[in-house]
Amino acid sequence: MSSIPYIPAEFDPPARATYLNAGHTIRSWLLTKDHKRIGILYMVTITLMFMVAAVAAAMIRINLLSPAGLLREPTIYNRAFTLHGIVMVWWFLVPSIPTTLGNFLIPMMIGARDLAFPRLNLASWYLFTISAVMILAVLIFGGVDTGWTFYTPYSSLFANTHVTLTVAAIFVNGFSSIFTGLNFIVTIHKMRAPGLTWFRLPLFCWAMYATSVIFVLATPVLAITLVLLAVERILRIGIFDPALGGDPILFQHLFWFYSHPVVYIQILPTFGVASEIITNMARKRPFGYKAIAFSSLAIMLIGFLVWGHHMFDAGISPYSGLVFSILSFAVAIPTAVKIFSWTFTLYKGSVALETPMLYMVGFMGLFTIGGLTGVMLATLGLDVHMHDTYFVVAHFHYVMVGGAVMGYLGGVHYWWPKITGKMYSEFWGKIAAGIGFIGFNLTFFPQYIMGYLGMPRRYFAYPPEFQVYHVLSTAGASILAIGYFMPLVYLLYSLKYGRDAGPNPWRSMSLEWQTPSPPPTENFEKTPVISQPPYAYDLQSPMGAPAPVVST
Amino acid sequence: MSNAFRIFPEQASRNAWNVDALFLFEFLVSCFFVFLIAGLVLYFSLKYRRRSDDDVPAYTPTSTLLELTYIFIPASLMVIMFFWGGWIYIRNKRPPANAMQINVVGKQWMWKLQHPEGPREINTLHVPVGRPIKLVLTSQDVIHDFGIPDFRIKQDVIPGIYVTEWFEATRTGEFHLFCNQYCGDLHSRMIGSVIVMQPAAYQSWLEGRTADEPAAVSGSRLFQSYGCATCHGQRAPSLAGLYMSLVKLNDGTTTIADEQYLRESIVAPANKLVAGFGPIMPTYQGQLSEEQIFDLIEYIKSLGAAMDNTIPGASAAGPQTRPSTQPVNGYHPDLLLNQPPAREPPGSNQSPLQQDRRP
Repeated sequence: MSSIPYIPAEFDPPARATYLNAGHTIRSWLLTKDHKRIGILYMVTITLMFMVAAVAAAMIRINLLSPAGLLREPTIYNRAFTLHGIVMVWWFLVPSIPTTLGNFLIPMMIGARDLAFPRLNLASWYLFTISAVMILAVLIFGGVDTGWTFYTPYSSLFANTHVTLTVAAIFVNGFSSIFTGLNFIVTIHKMRAPGLTWFRLPLFCWAMYATSVIFVLATPVLAITLVLLAVERILRIGIFDPALGGDPILFQHLFWFYSHPVVYIQILPTFGVASEIITNMARKRPFGYKAIAFSSLAIMLIGFLVWGHHMFDAGISPYSGLVFSILSFAVAIPTAVKIFSWTFTLYKGSVALETPMLYMVGFMGLFTIGGLTGVMLATLGLDVHMHDTYFVVAHFHYVMVGGAVMGYLGGVHYWWPKITGKMYSEFWGKIAAGIGFIGFNLTFFPQYIMGYLGMPRRYFAYPPEFQVYHVLSTAGASILAIGYFMPLVYLLYSLKYGRDAGPNPWRSMSLEWQTPSPPPTENFEKTPVISQPPYAYDLQSPMGAPAPVVST
Repeated sequence: MSNAFRIFPEQASRNAWNVDALFLFEFLVSCFFVFLIAGLVLYFSLKYRRRSDDDVPAYTPTSTLLELTYIFIPASLMVIMFFWGGWIYIRNKRPPANAMQINVVGKQWMWKLQHPEGPREINTLHVPVGRPIKLVLTSQDVIHDFGIPDFRIKQDVIPGIYVTEWFEATRTGEFHLFCNQYCGDLHSRMIGSVIVMQPAAYQSWLEGRTADEPAAVSGSRLFQSYGCATCHGQRAPSLAGLYMSLVKLNDGTTTIADEQYLRESIVAPANKLVAGFGPIMPTYQGQLSEEQIFDLIEYIKSLGAAMDNTIPGASAAGPQTRPSTQPVNGYHPDLLLNQPPAREPPGSNQSPLQQDRRP
């Protein structure tokens, strides 16, 4: 912020008890039942896993500098892209916002002291960590080479790598997701503060609610599918391999029944983050609160019915192809509603382009491109040509990295003062956001072009005419890596040297900011009572002091 | 397939034009929305930028009309995209009746292709320009995918079933053939090229490839060596005129004796028993390679088909029908058969959705 942040005098007494200084031993962290500490534990874990996946990405991009492949063996490359996909999906993108910001913020946003089941919350982190150790064991034992999609019968009867241990790790990981989703659903239903009706709920909570429903309903299907895969692999019982009497396409149906909704697990939380940051940075009520809230539910519901669009080329019935195509178009409508709603939220606002907002502006642009190329892929006639090429790779990276990772970084920057009580360097924050944006586009835009040219996915070596695009992409990835590494440095630096943020540096109307930063263990001294709609910035007094939302 | 720098693929088939026209439409629509959103976000961010930290903008009511506008306009555009794309998709599922058929087996890590006249190729496919080519594909092991970017076609190749794709090349040249579905270590080596030739050049290429016997001949040899003739025509149903005919099954239903049915009846004979016959045929699952099964099917097809234009053997010059009783390289089909090949024609069996593999 350019000017001195607004700090009410009654907050910020010296040597206040916070959740951070409530205990300093390792035991006090590893046995904590405080949702805020568990959020931090998750943040550390997924950051480490992000680095593992990023190393795999670096190997992919370095290999593809040369048409012949710079890594000597395709086996190494195949394991690298498989590990990159698996770790990024299940150990970073799926848990990213829900388990860190969701864990930290949902109780604070609804005026609760903790989640409904604090022990279950800790258990889910332990399951997650055990699963992370398992997937790292796979890496140490030599990796797995099936691609993150585990298509049968390759994964069940042909691959000679550690498929079984990998699916076991994902199985354990899935239960951590289910526990988290269950916890959030119950918390949002039962623990809202007095006066906090559903339509006064922050949009972040609506997004987390929709996400949690997917966690609970879709993840069990993945677990069952992976068990069937392991059964065929270990016991040779024919489920998916036609040579044993199985059906390879059945696996794809089951897998995508989870794995398409899972992309909404990855992107819906970002939608929630965007709704919070954009309303705050524009100091406006969202343009269409109910439209944004219900579109999260609509995306969740329709998202369960579009899995077949991954299989247009897989020999499914053309009739079902038509049905899945129109449903996939349908899911674009609530998504477009969100994008337009955020855009018009800025209209006649008071827009501050702070670091979190820069991430959101970048997110809106990149997600729009990712979403519209998704519309192209929903078009049957186009998907046949684009399927399994770099066009698809570019599309889901625009959505997942340009969308979900941007949302995660924006959210971490926005709530960092709340989580740590410290401000990071705004200057370096803006520089990193800009570098990340440029690096991202340079990495993934060339992949759209080479995808339409026909460059297939998961190729260790490729015809030389694609090289120029791969070189551009690798150059972009190097810049993107800097954009991702910088926040790690200045955010950690701010922990020790950052200036105190005060309780509410963004002068938000939202409940989590109406308590000191970092918050006390119990979050609020007294249970807040909510008496006005969310985001009612226009109800602020002319002096800028927020209208009272916290009272006894 | 030149190595020159390109930003757009060559248009080498009729389908490529259709796909590119739709792509261009959606690209322009996408550009409009990207620039609209980006423009509005940047414009609002600058015009309404925060000038004082105490700015408190007034409440702006939500406009339902605006909300309906940005629901209705994208929705109408997407309806156009849906129908346009669906039309291309269905068209791609419907090979013309006069298409020349080529059988394709994918296996780790090569493509094996067989022409009706006999030539067998690996990772290279020679085809004449201006002639619809129908590929019938299956896999010996894992899922592969047969894609030709310059023709804008692609199809997963799945073990255990036959799938089809078709194209009509509109220009001569050499075009990439890629496996697009990850299939193991050497996935990226499962590539090849499609060489599109003038019909006359294709004909002379065919004539130069005399080493390979036609699939029907190999098939008839297999038919003998596996002892199929012991039963078929006596204790088992006759195969003459079977191809593309309507078959009555034991459970009272009927099915069309297409390639998929013939294959299933070889590897899993008990699945669809012909009415009046018991489950006495053993399975040949695992005993025959996919190429041998193709050979057997070509042999069965050579015994006569319910529809003339599905008989293989049409040359590059145009579809020719071969009388079903004509000897194939010395083997007379009727030697093994007791019944005449006459069957009722399947009529409207050429549904565009015929290759639907799932009931």
